[in-house]
Amino acid sequence: MQPDPEFVHWLFATGFLILGVCLLAEAVVGPDVWGRRAWRAYLWPGAALILGIFLWPVMLLFTSSTLHMIAHSAWAQVLMLAGGAELALARGKLSSRYWHLTIALAFLVSGAASLIHEQNDWLFSRSAFVHHAMGWVMIGGALFPLARTFRPRSFALGAGFAATFLVVSVLLYTHRDVAEIFGHLSPVAGAPRR
Amino acid sequence: MAGATPGSLMRAEPSTLETPRARSSIRARAISGIGPLTVLAGVLWAFAQPYRVTILHPRGQGFWWLAVEPPLLVILVGVLFGLVLAPGLLEDLQEEDR
Repeated sequence: MQPDPEFVHWLFATGFLILGVCLLAEAVVGPDVWGRRAWRAYLWPGAALILGIFLWPVMLLFTSSTLHMIAHSAWAQVLMLAGGAELALARGKLSSRYWHLTIALAFLVSGAASLIHEQNDWLFSRSAFVHHAMGWVMIGGALFPLARTFRPRSFALGAGFAATFLVVSVLLYTHRDVAEIFGHLSPVAGAPRR
Repeated sequence: MAGATPGSLMRAEPSTLETPRARSSIRARAISGIGPLTVLAGVLWAFAQPYRVTILHPRGQGFWWLAVEPPLLVILVGVLFGLVLAPGLLEDLQEEDR
């Protein structure tokens, strides 16, 4: 009954897509309109926290290597930290804007985790390519939450932040357990799937 | 203001008043477009890779292939955004204009 890794990637892609469209909408309407209804203010931090929680079963069930377990648990921790800090900021339990830096930290650690736990080259298989690309997108994307901490009303930074989630979502949807990438597939990767 | 005629003042006035409204209208259109565009992306994907929509040919498919169908998930996200999030946002944008 345990799903193949590709299904897990697609489910997380859906989570990232939900976050991406919500953050894009927030960037479009601005924080004042977005914050008019309390539940909307909790939407993105709550989703980040839930994604972090769901990374724990991924860590427990997909134990193909120690590196995978460490990467997934590090990712789970920073996502939960960022989600929790954002929830506390939305609720007013935290007030310092510097807590928003936890999102940049989550992006950096998640990107590094994605890069480090992928031991194969970019063109080994599509899975390898997706993890390399996702890692660098997240590390580059960390600039948006970093800058947004100091300029929270910037449309460009908000849209860039949302776009990072949307790009990661697309990458996760393209993930296959064994498939070629740009015509390349290592012979040791196994038989390609449809 | 020495060279300004009453006519030119009248022409200038509405533009300054309309700017926030025009901006709000662009924002409203953008919000209205996010859901349908997401649905469109899912539909195009379903046509491009129909084998990913296993509900069309469910025989012999395992549980996960039937439960997780990426193009349908994308469509679902678009529909949920359009039905749950967009109406409230458009209402709040209108209220901001008043």
